[in-house]
Amino acid sequence: MNAEDHPRTGQTFVELENVTLTYGRGERQIVALGETNLRIDEGDFVALVGPSGCGKSTILKLVTGLITASTGYVYVAGREVGAAPVRVGMAFQNPTMLPWLTVRDNVMMPLKIVPPFRQEYQSKKKTEFRDRAEALLKEVGLGGFGDKHPWQLSGGMLQRASLCRALIHEPQLLMLDEPFGALDQFTREELWAVMQALWLKLKPTVILVTHDLKEAGYLATRICVMRSRPGQIIDDAPVPFARPRTIDMSYTPEFVSMTQRLRELIVAARPVKETV
Amino acid sequence: MEQGLRRRLWSAVFIVGFFVLWEALCWAFHISDIVLPKPSQIIVTLVTRMPALWPHTVQTLYTTLVGFALGILAGVALGVIIGSSRLAYDVAYPLLIGFASIPKVAVVPIFVLWFGSGAVPAILTAMIMSLFPIVVNVATGLATTEPELEDVMKALRATKLDILWNVGLPRTMPYFFASLKVAVTLAFVGTVISETVASNRGIGNVMMIASSNFDVPLVFAGLIILAIMGVALYAVFSLIEARITGWAHRKDEFAMG
Repeated sequence: MNAEDHPRTGQTFVELENVTLTYGRGERQIVALGETNLRIDEGDFVALVGPSGCGKSTILKLVTGLITASTGYVYVAGREVGAAPVRVGMAFQNPTMLPWLTVRDNVMMPLKIVPPFRQEYQSKKKTEFRDRAEALLKEVGLGGFGDKHPWQLSGGMLQRASLCRALIHEPQLLMLDEPFGALDQFTREELWAVMQALWLKLKPTVILVTHDLKEAGYLATRICVMRSRPGQIIDDAPVPFARPRTIDMSYTPEFVSMTQRLRELIVAARPVKETV
Repeated sequence: MEQGLRRRLWSAVFIVGFFVLWEALCWAFHISDIVLPKPSQIIVTLVTRMPALWPHTVQTLYTTLVGFALGILAGVALGVIIGSSRLAYDVAYPLLIGFASIPKVAVVPIFVLWFGSGAVPAILTAMIMSLFPIVVNVATGLATTEPELEDVMKALRATKLDILWNVGLPRTMPYFFASLKVAVTLAFVGTVISETVASNRGIGNVMMIASSNFDVPLVFAGLIILAIMGVALYAVFSLIEARITGWAHRKDEFAMG
């Protein structure tokens, strides 16, 4: 199946058109991303899954404009990436909090940078913005931790704060690069619920890169499977389960058979076959 | 707290013990004052000659601090440039290392040639001595900013200046203050070198004249003054460091209890 096969409603928000990405030159050239076409609707939640090194994170970086495509075009909100004034939030596996700031100040950092909040930062940082950060922290279960410093928090709490930082400026586009990858199973499941609730409330367009098929099935409305060398999308399927989803749902036969299918696709797409 | 007190007590005992041992050895082996004066004698010299030594002390301190301040300004500016630009790094680093490996005594005559003898070459020598560690530390702090953090900022469309101001510089503070402690002692070295070679004021000059008169206790009195000033400034910058960059030292605090 290809991205083009799905008839979709809604406005296309992100579009990759014949995009490729190569590193290096001549014989040493590495194709990180083979020709890729991908369309993501506004307010959609797309998960990219696949073996390591298949270019999942490359797609995130292309869409945020952190790297430029070798060929092809990347459009965001109808304009070429970089030209569109789109607010982007990002969260990684590493929470990357600034250790010299309190958790609240860390969460408020995007407001200090991104217009139109930037212009109002000095006047509102002790009132409206502060309240907004506190409200968001409370929503992810960190109420009362705003004055702590990052080193006083556990990994799971830091990741919650990192999500707040990614969402405080109400981004239209949210990029999640294995944000729950380093957490234990129970914390991870808790954060899926938090993430789902935030997404249902704020409805940003989300691209989630993950290794965890259960995570992809729980959170995403659409799952794209990628293979490596060269990186390419080999499967693109909607996730039909109703919202809000629960952990129990991930043990239903339908869910299990979906993750099994995805797993087989990924195993078959692995460059080096290992006997399991 | 009990443990901290005991630690301090022991360190004080050993430091005093060092001078007592020195005194004892001088007595035991009948070491002449011209070779190695006794600590007691140095203290006596220090006290009796203080009226004469004081203006020189002030001169050396003043020269060092001015040179050090200039070193901080130039060092931070250079460090920021080198740490945030690949090209500047490639160009300036080899130059800087080459410059740092030149013995500063060799540079003083050039400064004297340009500016005449006196305070100016001493200030400049103090400045170039303190420059190197500051530049290296500031540049390292900036260059080692986590790439993911930069991605977060770039995705927010932060300008280079935004990133420098909000991430780069605060992150560099622990490196910067660590370098200041080293740099301030080097600034003293620079001042004294220059005063020794080309000045008629300052502790370096006093020591020079004293040694040519075989007034060894006075030479040692000069050394003690330099050491005290060095330790005092080191302590001042340690305190400032602990205040401003406490976030980077939380583990030490926990360890101390």
